[in-house]
Amino acid sequence: MKHYKLKKFASIFLATSVLAGALAGCGADSGGGSSNGGSSGGSGNSADGDTIKIGANLELSGGVASYGLSIADGATLAIDEINAAGGINGKKIELIKVDNKSENAEAASAAIRLAEQEKVVAMIGPATSGNTVATVQIANQHKVPVVTASGTAPNITENDDGSINEYAFRTCFIDPFQGTVAANFATNELGAKNVAIYADNASDYAKGLAASFKETIEANGGNVVIEQAYVAKDVDFKSTLTNIKGKNPDFIFIPGYYEEVGLIVKQARELGITVPLMGADGWDSPTLVELAGNEALNDTYITNHYSSEDPDPTIQKFVEAFKGKYNQSPNAFHALGYDTVYYLKDAIERAGDNVTGEAIKNALAETKDLSLVTGKFTVDEKHNPVKSATVLEFKDGNQVFNSKVNP
Amino acid sequence: MEWIQQIVNGISLGSIYALIALGYTMVYGIIKLINFAHGDVFMLGAFIGFFAIARWDMHFIPALLMAMILCAVIGVIIERVAYKRLRNATRIAALITAIGVSLLIEYTVIFFRGASPEAYPTIFERSTLNIFGVQIDTKSIFILGVSIVLMLLLQFIVHRTKIGKAMRAVSHDADAARLMGINVDNTISATFAIGSALAGAAGVIFGIYYTRIEPLMGVLPGLKAFVAAVLGGIGIIPGAMAGGLVLGVVETIVSALGFSMWRDAAAFIILILILILRPAGIFGKNAREKV
Repeated sequence: MKHYKLKKFASIFLATSVLAGALAGCGADSGGGSSNGGSSGGSGNSADGDTIKIGANLELSGGVASYGLSIADGATLAIDEINAAGGINGKKIELIKVDNKSENAEAASAAIRLAEQEKVVAMIGPATSGNTVATVQIANQHKVPVVTASGTAPNITENDDGSINEYAFRTCFIDPFQGTVAANFATNELGAKNVAIYADNASDYAKGLAASFKETIEANGGNVVIEQAYVAKDVDFKSTLTNIKGKNPDFIFIPGYYEEVGLIVKQARELGITVPLMGADGWDSPTLVELAGNEALNDTYITNHYSSEDPDPTIQKFVEAFKGKYNQSPNAFHALGYDTVYYLKDAIERAGDNVTGEAIKNALAETKDLSLVTGKFTVDEKHNPVKSATVLEFKDGNQVFNSKVNP
Repeated sequence: MEWIQQIVNGISLGSIYALIALGYTMVYGIIKLINFAHGDVFMLGAFIGFFAIARWDMHFIPALLMAMILCAVIGVIIERVAYKRLRNATRIAALITAIGVSLLIEYTVIFFRGASPEAYPTIFERSTLNIFGVQIDTKSIFILGVSIVLMLLLQFIVHRTKIGKAMRAVSHDADAARLMGINVDNTISATFAIGSALAGAAGVIFGIYYTRIEPLMGVLPGLKAFVAAVLGGIGIIPGAMAGGLVLGVVETIVSALGFSMWRDAAAFIILILILILRPAGIFGKNAREKV
């Protein structure tokens, strides 16, 4: 824990110093003081010539590489399709991928590189909320919109004081929504009364989910009999799980990421905990199944952005195209990466010939009834898409479509 | 019943700390070096075991032996390349070198395979003994058994064999031992080999028990093993065993009381308390036998 915290402090420190350096650099460049920060003038980078450059600031290595790599594959498929169909307004898209190593500081410097050196008009943002938050100020500063495929924390688009980060957008729904869906599912479908919460205390994502889950379950008339926490990188969860087991809950909510959740599920089953376990999209990775094992995952549920088994024709068309290219069934992160590119494409098209960061930002904010693989959505005034969520059940290690929940 | 279950959980965790702590304490006992690279040898052992089981289809015992042998070789190489020439240098120089070796190993592994975690294949079917409501995983009994066998073997080597006698002699006074015709260099290499083999075994056991391995996995268990070694009395073999088990049980109890966020802190609070109250450790005496 100590070690991890230290690392986190160090990376925040690095991120701020990188940021400070970048700001100082911009200040020196502008000289006369007419520019308000962006190194390329008043409205962000613009697409000249016959290509549109889009940056991808993703977790291609490190702790949550599984998410970043999936988003990159989904985005690449979408860009291939768009380019094969003639591009956007006759211009081809070029995707510039940068690895942020699953670290906040690296994500910040990758965003600076994409905005300043590569001159991209828009960025596909990091996969996790923490990494995305580290890039938001840079996006605002350089007037380059950043669209995260899977960053679900509310504070990406909305600051604590209620102001909106103008250049930040997302393709996924936000954390509180998933927590609410999970709580309603537990009460209505599983008839849970006494629930336990075991959350990752090192992530805002998990804490946000736990808070909204608790609120909804109590509103539904359930009790939270025990609330426990762990820290990312822990490997031994047995003592806390024994504690939870002693309180006899009939449902356990475990918001967190697959690296730890895989071990928690396995150790819970080893201790003889047989009640249903549930989490959210942070569970969605093949690594989870490898860590926990097929058998332990039976009777566990997750809320997610989509299911590849959903009979919807838009989804099945995407699943087929994806299987054709990568020879595997797409998970939610593949779908979100794919949708993020189409979300950007739709906005760039509506921005017309004026392909600047500012014009794209305005078009992204005005998106209405856009039909994508992960659902039909309209962007609300807080830059969050309003869309449906899917509940999936694990059966022998496979995610099986359970139900769809509308907002 | 819940408490017995917690003690079982604690002993499983503690036996891994104990195995790592044994290597730490041996090396310290003989050349007074805090070998910070020890946790990384543990990590290498876990990865060697993973490749042996997942890629080369070995069973548990051959994979364990292979990890132990390769880790022994790696331990000797580390000693010969990095530590040998610092034998007469200041202790701080050796300590900094050890930290450097540790980082070198960690980031070399990351360079070659990336930092993403790997899941150990399942080689034991999950079966649980239910004794009066206490769930004991048969796997954890087996693992505890392997740990105890390795500890007994180590005790035998140190107290009943010629090389063990040489180790004890070198730890008392290296110069006097040399005058008696003991090859000090070889004895130190043997210590590293045995200590690293135990760390390698702990790595494989850790992988099988906890499933998830990654290149930085050795950092925290390495520090915990250091605490365990100090707790038992650094340089004392039974002390390392006892220290590891006590630490595992204490951490589990801290979590069981509902302070799961404090379990790592608890280990370091123990370190501070033991350094203040009883620097020689639980098993320490004024005239102590080392190695």
